Amino acid sequence: MRPPEGSSRGNLKIYLGYAAGVGKTFQMLLDARDLAQQARDVVVAYFEPHERPDTIAQVQGLEAVPHRKIVYRDRVFEEMDADAVLRRKPQIALVDELAHTNIPGSQRAKRWEDVQLVLEAGIEVWTTMNVQHIESLNDQVWQITGIQVRETVPDWVVRQAAEIVAVDVTPEALLNRLKRGAVYKPEMVERALAGFFKGSNLGALRELTLRQAAHEVDVRQFAFDETSGFQVPRISESRIGQVRPETAKERILIHITADASTAMLIRRGRRVADYLQADCLALFVHKTPELADLSLAEREAVEKHLRFARSLRIEAQVLAGKDVPQTVVDFARRNQVTQIFVARSRGRPFELLLGRNYGEAIVRSAHDLQVTVVADRTRKKGF
Amino acid sequence: MRVSELLRPSPERLLLQAQAEETKQWGARLKIFLGYAPGVGKSYRMLDEARRRHERGEDAVVGAVQGRRSEEVQTILSKLESIPPLETAGGQAMDVEAILRRAPQVCVVDPLAAQNPIGSRNMYRWQDVQELLRNGISVLTSVNLLHVAEYKEKVQAITGRDTTETIPKSFLLSADDIVIVDVPTDLCLWRLGAKLTTIGISNYQERQLSELRELALLLTAEVVDAQLESYVQTHGIEPVFGTQERFLICLTPNSNAKAMIESGRRNMERFQGELYVIYAPQPNLSKKDSSRINEYLESARQAGATTEVLESDDPIEAVIEFAHRKRITQIFIGHGSHENWRNRLFGDPILRLIRATEGIDVRVFPH
Repeated sequence: MRPPEGSSRGNLKIYLGYAAGVGKTFQMLLDARDLAQQARDVVVAYFEPHERPDTIAQVQGLEAVPHRKIVYRDRVFEEMDADAVLRRKPQIALVDELAHTNIPGSQRAKRWEDVQLVLEAGIEVWTTMNVQHIESLNDQVWQITGIQVRETVPDWVVRQAAEIVAVDVTPEALLNRLKRGAVYKPEMVERALAGFFKGSNLGALRELTLRQAAHEVDVRQFAFDETSGFQVPRISESRIGQVRPETAKERILIHITADASTAMLIRRGRRVADYLQADCLALFVHKTPELADLSLAEREAVEKHLRFARSLRIEAQVLAGKDVPQTVVDFARRNQVTQIFVARSRGRPFELLLGRNYGEAIVRSAHDLQVTVVADRTRKKGF
Repeated sequence: MRVSELLRPSPERLLLQAQAEETKQWGARLKIFLGYAPGVGKSYRMLDEARRRHERGEDAVVGAVQGRRSEEVQTILSKLESIPPLETAGGQAMDVEAILRRAPQVCVVDPLAAQNPIGSRNMYRWQDVQELLRNGISVLTSVNLLHVAEYKEKVQAITGRDTTETIPKSFLLSADDIVIVDVPTDLCLWRLGAKLTTIGISNYQERQLSELRELALLLTAEVVDAQLESYVQTHGIEPVFGTQERFLICLTPNSNAKAMIESGRRNMERFQGELYVIYAPQPNLSKKDSSRINEYLESARQAGATTEVLESDDPIEAVIEFAHRKRITQIFIGHGSHENWRNRLFGDPILRLIRATEGIDVRVFPH
């Protein structure tokens, strides 16, 4: 999505891969050198050498902005120095590993927050990340690989990018690189092969990356067409031989509870809303609006979920109501919601007896609305 | 079918395993570099891989090479042995016989889509490639989306470009490895001599190219998915869920089929996913209901869905089994099914479905 003419914000470009060692940084540096030769002012704002000789060779000759050194527990860590980049004010800044979490004591918790600052100063940023770091894909990646990824980037940050480039390599070539010691140090290779890099994981993540990149291209086409009035036979239409009819805009409502599964619900709701270009709302219903009678743990969980929803740019509200499912359904009707997202009950019998199995109760009472009971993707299979 | 049975090797799977082992014996692998347009850098990526293999001690030669060569490509070519092309009255052709005599481990064939001069041993270059593979020579080759027969018309509709040199998509699907060489559209145009402005789609030409880019990414994803499925089958492991959105609509005579199918079509399109529409016949179905079901199934097929009728004594069990087999990620079912699929022995069928499909989203539609 390009900023409007005259906007001073810098463009963001993301090199998207599916694992360490696919060649994201290498590709980024290769493209950057092309531009540097065209007298564009390119600097390396953050670079993680990982002791990979091919990649290190690419960075030679490019100007590097010194990293910020931070002492944490008697050790020195290096982070990107956003202020130094702003002072240097290049045309293009290269920043490795967008999903990185800064060491405690840094000015900002996440590297993507540092990047926001640089973009706001009108500097173009090129960066790298893996598909599994996209927030809304977290549970799907868990379901596919059995591994929960901790460092994530909110979807809206990815959506900001003017361009997403897929960096593709076959799993076979990647495994060869790994075994030759070109990705990790020898002592880490065994562990990598048994974990993330095992069996079908790589193929599945690779497919996810290609589909995500295709979707990102599609979204940017929509954006371009809307502003330019450009008309071209779109792939999906030509595939089924009919023109997309005008459909009413969808509105998705996520039902927030104290249950830990709510995070999963929020991520899935966000993802589906983005794909359907739908509005996304979230609601927590309680007997009293102050939440005073909740236990401390429950209250903290609810507040965490509300904050999480808002961090993904979902409008989240708290409403008082004695009958929780009915209040959710009434709210949905009042707000022209087309689809309610509810969690799967964890099958605790006492909860079912106490009538706290809200999801199924909402399914029963929302006869005029679509209700989606979201999967528990922490389990690997469809069962 | 029970889940446990899914893991028992079927005769088909054993055959697949045998075939896979057979190709391994030959040792020859076909690797294709796919690009969405000229200028994305396919040849460079491919030749660079040949160079790296050569430096690691593999016996790699260049069997055919494109006319237009950049400086970087020239540098790599100077480091590799080339087999000169055959000069015939009808033009140049790759010298298959000379390559077979030379018998290298790896041969670069660039590009893949080429028609050989009349009188050559094979009509098309992809047939030459098959011959090399049959003789135990691995091939690195490159192809442009325009030259994939099934995409020719689409690309033509977008760019107006036409070609007579095509390869069948099945050839891509038969490759051991396929890699997409992706590059932003502006950089692609820049390499072809255009002025570089700013990143993102900024003009009509880039907009057109981005359409091809999306097609090429999805085509590669499709090939990767097929490879993943065969990997899962030959290794007898559980199917992988969630790499692609797959929607399943369960029809009943009284469900709001029109809304469900329209929504399914829209979801399939937006997620670039797959859509299945199934019906599990119930006993004592009236004539009117059964003709209505047939109408629904027909309109589902028109919307691009794959339809299936599942014969089973237990419709819910049949849906669950189907969803697992097809790696479904979202099931659509009508509220009306409460009444239609009610079965005293099993309780509310929708709740039963929800409880039995923990890793799948279940979307309940209004009656």
